[in-house]
Amino acid sequence: MTYFPEEVVEHIFDFLGSHRDRNTVSTVCKAWYQVERLSRQNVFVGNCYAIRPERVMARFPRMKSLSVKGKPHFADFNLVPYDWGGYALPWIEAAARSCAGLEELRLKRMVVTDDGLELLARSFPNFKSLVLVSCDGFSTDGLAAIATYCRGLRELDLQENEVDDHGRQWLNCFPDSCTSLISLNFACLKGEVNTGSLERLVARSPNLRSLKLNRAISVESLNKILARAPHLVDLGTGSFTVDHRAEAYHRLMNSFPKCKSLRSLSGFWDASPRCLKALYPVCINLTVLNLSYAPAIPGDDLIKLICHCFKLQKLWVLDCIGDKGLAVVASTCKELQELRVFPSDIYGAGNTSVTEEGLVAVSSGCPKLNSVLYFCYQMTNSALIAVAKNCPHFIRFRLCILDPGKPDPLTNLPLDEGFGAIVRSCKNLRRLSLSGLLTDQVFLYIGMHAKCLEMLSIAFAGNSDKGMIYVLDGCKNLRKLEIRDCPFGDGALLKDVAKYETMRSLWMSSCEVTLGGCKALAAKMPRLNVEIINESDDFEESKENLVDVHKVEKIYVYRSVAGPRNDAPEFVWTL
Amino acid sequence: MGSFVNDADNLRDTELRLGLPGTDDAAPEKSSSSPSTARGTSKRALEDDDDKKELSSPPAKAQVVGWPPVRSHRRNNLQVKKAEVEVEAEAGGLYVKVSMDGAPYLRKIDLKVYKGYKELRQALDSMFKCFSSSGEVSRKEGCEYAMTYEDKDGDWMMVGDVPWEMFISSCRRLRIMKGNEAIGLQSRA
Repeated sequence: MTYFPEEVVEHIFDFLGSHRDRNTVSTVCKAWYQVERLSRQNVFVGNCYAIRPERVMARFPRMKSLSVKGKPHFADFNLVPYDWGGYALPWIEAAARSCAGLEELRLKRMVVTDDGLELLARSFPNFKSLVLVSCDGFSTDGLAAIATYCRGLRELDLQENEVDDHGRQWLNCFPDSCTSLISLNFACLKGEVNTGSLERLVARSPNLRSLKLNRAISVESLNKILARAPHLVDLGTGSFTVDHRAEAYHRLMNSFPKCKSLRSLSGFWDASPRCLKALYPVCINLTVLNLSYAPAIPGDDLIKLICHCFKLQKLWVLDCIGDKGLAVVASTCKELQELRVFPSDIYGAGNTSVTEEGLVAVSSGCPKLNSVLYFCYQMTNSALIAVAKNCPHFIRFRLCILDPGKPDPLTNLPLDEGFGAIVRSCKNLRRLSLSGLLTDQVFLYIGMHAKCLEMLSIAFAGNSDKGMIYVLDGCKNLRKLEIRDCPFGDGALLKDVAKYETMRSLWMSSCEVTLGGCKALAAKMPRLNVEIINESDDFEESKENLVDVHKVEKIYVYRSVAGPRNDAPEFVWTL
Repeated sequence: MGSFVNDADNLRDTELRLGLPGTDDAAPEKSSSSPSTARGTSKRALEDDDDKKELSSPPAKAQVVGWPPVRSHRRNNLQVKKAEVEVEAEAGGLYVKVSMDGAPYLRKIDLKVYKGYKELRQALDSMFKCFSSSGEVSRKEGCEYAMTYEDKDGDWMMVGDVPWEMFISSCRRLRIMKGNEAIGLQSRA
C-alpha cells in the first residue's frame, strides 16, 4: 500500500465511515497517519479532558465537523457537582484560531457560555450546524448571537439543555435573508418566542424539515405553522392543548392531513386526549413517536393512537401506557426497534402501571427490537429469560427497577439469572444497565459472555470486589464503566490498572474505594487522571487530615494525554 | 357518595387511605428537597434543584440522590406538571374561575367554602343575579341557563352528576351557559 500515491490512499480512507476505523488506520505507519489526519473532516472527542483542543486542531487542520463530550454520564442524575467542569470555550477558541472552515459543532454535557456562542457565531463563515445536548451555562442572548451572525445556518438543535431565559427575542434575530434552515429545535426553552417571527421564519425556510417547538407555543400558532410548512418530516408539537370547542381545535383536526411527509412526532407537553385525535390521519406513516412528556394522556388514549402506528420504529412513552398498552404495541408495531418507557411518578407509591409482562409482550411481538430502556417496579428472572430468548439482537438493554436492590418478587431471588440470560443470548450487546437485587454472580456472567459490551452501568449491586473484577477481566471491549453504591473497593480498583488505559473512563461513587487506593492507582498509571470529588465544605482542611484509609465519595478516572486539568474546581482533587 | 374514583391520572387516588375521593390534601404532603445518601449529602449538586422544584411526595419513601436515573430535564418537567395541578389546593382553598356567558368579567370562588351543590347554586345566584335558582330551564327571555364545569381531563361536564366531593376534586373551572346551548340541558343539582 505504501506504493500508492497519497491521493489514492486518501480516496480509500474516504470509505471509512467511523472515526474508530480512521483512528486504526492512522496507527499503521507514519505515511498513513499523515494522509489520514490531513483528510479527516469529522472529528469526535469522547472526553474533552482526554486531549487539549489545540492538539486536535493541529492534527486535523481540515476539520469541518467537531463533536465533543464533557461531563460523565452520571451528571445527568445530579451525581456530578454543578461546576465540575466540561467547558466548551477552550474548544471554540482553539477552533476559531486554527480551523476557520468549521461547519458543524456538536457538544454534549458541556458548559457553554453566551460568550462562547458569540465567538462561535462570529468566527466561522461557513458554519452550518450547532447541536447542543444536555448542556448548560448559556442563555437566549447566546442564541440571539447565533441567529444574528451565522449566515447560512442550516441546523440549530437544542436538546434538553438548561437555558436561561433573558427575555431577548432571539428568534427575531434571524435576518430576513436567512432562508437556509433545515432543522430548528427549541423545545427545551422555557420562555416565549414571538410567534409572528416564528411563522415568518418558517414561511421563508423552504428546506425546513425538522421543527421542534417549545411548550409556550399554543395550538393556534401550531396551526399557522403547519399551514406554512406542510413538508415537515419531524415535528415537536408545543403544548398541544386547546378547548375542544374553540376554533383552533377544529383547525387542528384539519392541519395534519396535509402533512404527508410527517414521520416523527414529539412534544405534547400538555396534550389532552381530545387533541391527540388530530394525529390519527398521520399515524400510519409515523416512524418515531415521543409521548414521554405527556403525563395527562391515560393509557387507553395512548392505545387509541398507537393501534394505528404500524410503521413505528421508535417509541418513547410514560408508564401510564400500562402492560395493556404495551400488548397493543406488541401486536401493532412490528417494525419497532427502540422502546423507552419512562416513569410518570418518580417518588411513587408502587404504582403498578407497567410490570415485567409489558416487556415480555413487546419482546415477543416485535422481532426487530434492539434497544430498550424500561422503568418498572418489578422484574422476574423468568421474564428476563423470556425476553432474552425472544430478542437475541439487543444492542442496548437498560432496565431500571425503581426500588433499589429489589429481588424477583415470585422467588425472592436475585436477578442474576435473568441478566445472565440476556448477556448469554445477546451477543451484540453494547450497552447494559442493571438494577434490582444482584450478587457477584451476575458479573461473572457478564464477564463471561458480554464480549461486545462497551458501556456498563451498575447501581446497588454485588457483594465483593470479585464482581467488579469479573467485569474488568472479561469485557474486552469495555469503554465506560459507571458504578454507584456498590461494595467494590481497592482490591477491585487495583487488580488490573492497565485496563483503564483501554477504556474512556471509570466512575465510582459511594463505593468502598479509599484514598490510599486512589493514590496507588495514580502512582502506577501516570497517563490516567484520577480525580477525587469531595463536596464536604471543609474539604481543604480535610485534605490534610484525610488518611489513606478514608473512603472517597466519588472518583472519576480517565485516560488522558493532556495531563491533569487546569480548570478543576476546589472540590476536585487530581492525584 | 361512596364510589371510589379510579383515575389513572391522579396517582393520589391509588394510594391506600381511609376516606372518600376528594377528601385528601387538607395538608398536602411536602418534603424538603434534601435527600440524603448513605455517605453524606451532596450540597452543591442540590442547590440548583432546590431552586427548580418543590417536591410533593409521600414522606415514607427514602429519597436517594440521583435515583431513579432520570435526567434532570425530564424530572423537572414531570414535577412542574404535578405542582401545577396541586397549586390551588396548596393555597388553602380551591379557587376556580366562574364565567357566565354574556357577563363582562369572570369571578373566582373557593369551592371548599360550600357544603354542597345547593349552596354553590345560591352563591352563584347572588353573584350573577339573573341566574335561575330552581334548576328548571326557564323559558323566560334571557334566563335559560345551565351550569357546567371543566374537569381535569379538559372535558366540559354538567354540574350535579357526581357526588359533591368528587366534583370539587376534579373541577377546574365553571361556566354558566345560556341561550341556545342551554336549551334542553338541565342541572340536577
